[in-house]
Amino acid sequence: MTQLSWLHRTVILALALGVAVMPTLYPWSQVLLTLALAKGLAVLGVVVLLQAGQVSFGHAMFVAIGAYSATFLGRALGGGDLVVVLLGGVLTSVAFGLVIGVFVVRYRYIFFGMLNLAFSMVLFSLLEKFFHITGGSDGLRVLRPTLFGQSLDRATFEGILFYLTLALALGLGWLVHRYLQSPLGQALSAVKSNETRLEYLGVSARHVLLVGYVVSAALCGLGGVIIGLVQGLVTPELGYWVRSGELVFIAILGGASNVTGAFAGALVFEVVRTYAAAFAANIWQMILGGVLLLIVLFAPGGLIALYGNSVKKLFARTRTEP
Amino acid sequence: MSPLLRVEDVHIRFGGVVAADGVYLDLEPGESLAIIGPNGAGKTTFLNICTGYLKPTAGRVLFEGNDITGQPPRAIVRLGIARAFQIPQLFLEHSVLDNMLIAAAARTRAWNPFRAMVALPERAEMIGLLRQLGVADTAEQRVDGLPEGVRKLVDVALALALKPRLLLLDEPTSGVSSSEKFQIMDALVQALKNQAVTSVFVEHDMEMVSRYAHRVAVWNGGRVQMVGTPADVLADADVRRDVVGI
Ligand SMILES: Nc1ncnc2c1ncn2[C@@H]1O[C@H](COP(=O)(O)OP(=O)(O)O)[C@@H](O)[C@H]1O
Ligand SMILES: [Mg+2]
Repeated sequence: MTQLSWLHRTVILALALGVAVMPTLYPWSQVLLTLALAKGLAVLGVVVLLQAGQVSFGHAMFVAIGAYSATFLGRALGGGDLVVVLLGGVLTSVAFGLVIGVFVVRYRYIFFGMLNLAFSMVLFSLLEKFFHITGGSDGLRVLRPTLFGQSLDRATFEGILFYLTLALALGLGWLVHRYLQSPLGQALSAVKSNETRLEYLGVSARHVLLVGYVVSAALCGLGGVIIGLVQGLVTPELGYWVRSGELVFIAILGGASNVTGAFAGALVFEVVRTYAAAFAANIWQMILGGVLLLIVLFAPGGLIALYGNSVKKLFARTRTEP
Repeated sequence: MSPLLRVEDVHIRFGGVVAADGVYLDLEPGESLAIIGPNGAGKTTFLNICTGYLKPTAGRVLFEGNDITGQPPRAIVRLGIARAFQIPQLFLEHSVLDNMLIAAAARTRAWNPFRAMVALPERAEMIGLLRQLGVADTAEQRVDGLPEGVRKLVDVALALALKPRLLLLDEPTSGVSSSEKFQIMDALVQALKNQAVTSVFVEHDMEMVSRYAHRVAVWNGGRVQMVGTPADVLADADVRRDVVGI
């Protein structure tokens, strides 16, 4: 057990190191990796809710809320500072998460999923309709923020954003892991298995779920801010329901019960998408669909379970050998 | 002494079924009351009303003199009333010990999100409770793989983990083998006595009733037909005919 978790930790750090050096070897990979990690943060939000057995088909709305609020803030401040726009985007997402959460945590399963979808569609159409504020479907250009007052050229900014995103992915991944191991996180999976008992322990399932919901909104919002900054443009498409479906897709691809799975899934997804789009422009969705089908049929625990199983087999083998 | 729990003229019906038809009952602090009665008499419904799971259409429930009628179960639980279920209510995807640790966290409000559940200081206490109920050997097993009898006992252990002042047990040893029944009840009753917990248990086994109850309430058709000492109640001709079945 401790041996395995020690191994897992080493593997995660090795992978992170691999990701960290990639852009120095292949500069073109930097933007791709930043986007993948940012998406991984958003997927992590979806994974938190999956612990409670709840699937949101609208969580891209928080990606859009993070991205747009940071953009508005940046434009109002004439660019603003990276730290300020990041915090602004996340705090706005938290506020929206709290308000929408109070409403949706009263529902479960298909109703929960569809209500989230409904909220995201309302937001999407608001972003499209109020074009004098939001730029409509053309979106808004994102101004490049300074860092602690220093203005940065594009290459430096992208480099900083990449390493910052990697650090956030590691740090927040670890914190979310801690949260899920804590009684509050364990209570999330208790919501899935028996709300009656939870209530009879004196615990409100809605409160437990609301905490998870706000955490997930914050993670999606943060991912959204970073995606906006990388792309230099925010459009309503960020919050489109297809994007929400994509987050769920990646969560299942990576392994819904696992923090590492969110990032592994996002990295694989972005790489497959980029290559498939370049080499098989017309059928890349089919390729991704096929991959998910294989995962669901043969490895329902996702990529992370595939890895976990092979590690277990390896250990079992070394142990049985005299 | 004022009663710990007072139930006054409680009514509830489901369609044509009258499940509580003017129930009165007082519980004295420290006592152990058995509820007996035929299936469908409204015993479980009574526990559902006392714990806020069902709201009576008329009547009141007072705990330590305070009206708790219609409060949600979680609020009533926090006042010190715990419950074990006729059909065990457990977190099926967790281990037995994790079930207990969630209960311990709920009791102590250990909601710090960065503190691992396995490191809770109540761990040893929880294992001790499982040992008292004879299920400590299953601590690391997932609940969904356990037989019904073990689940019943884990369900009781979860209620005990809350350190309640009043414990309501709905047929706590049904499904537990009769060879173990008395051993487990001995341990349970001893634990309740040590912690001065008042208890109510629904029971069909008259030997259990006469051995462990201070008083017996006989349920019939949504009403309390009779209350008395086990000896008096079991000697009553109507009770013997309707409930005991001799
Ligand atoms: N939630 C409910 N909805 C409808 N009918 C119920 C409900 N709860 C209990 N009943 C009915 O009320 C009667 C009393 O049930 P219950 O309290 O479970 O009896 P007991 O525990 O004494 O066997 C039964 O006829 C049962 O079918
Ligand atoms: Mg019953």
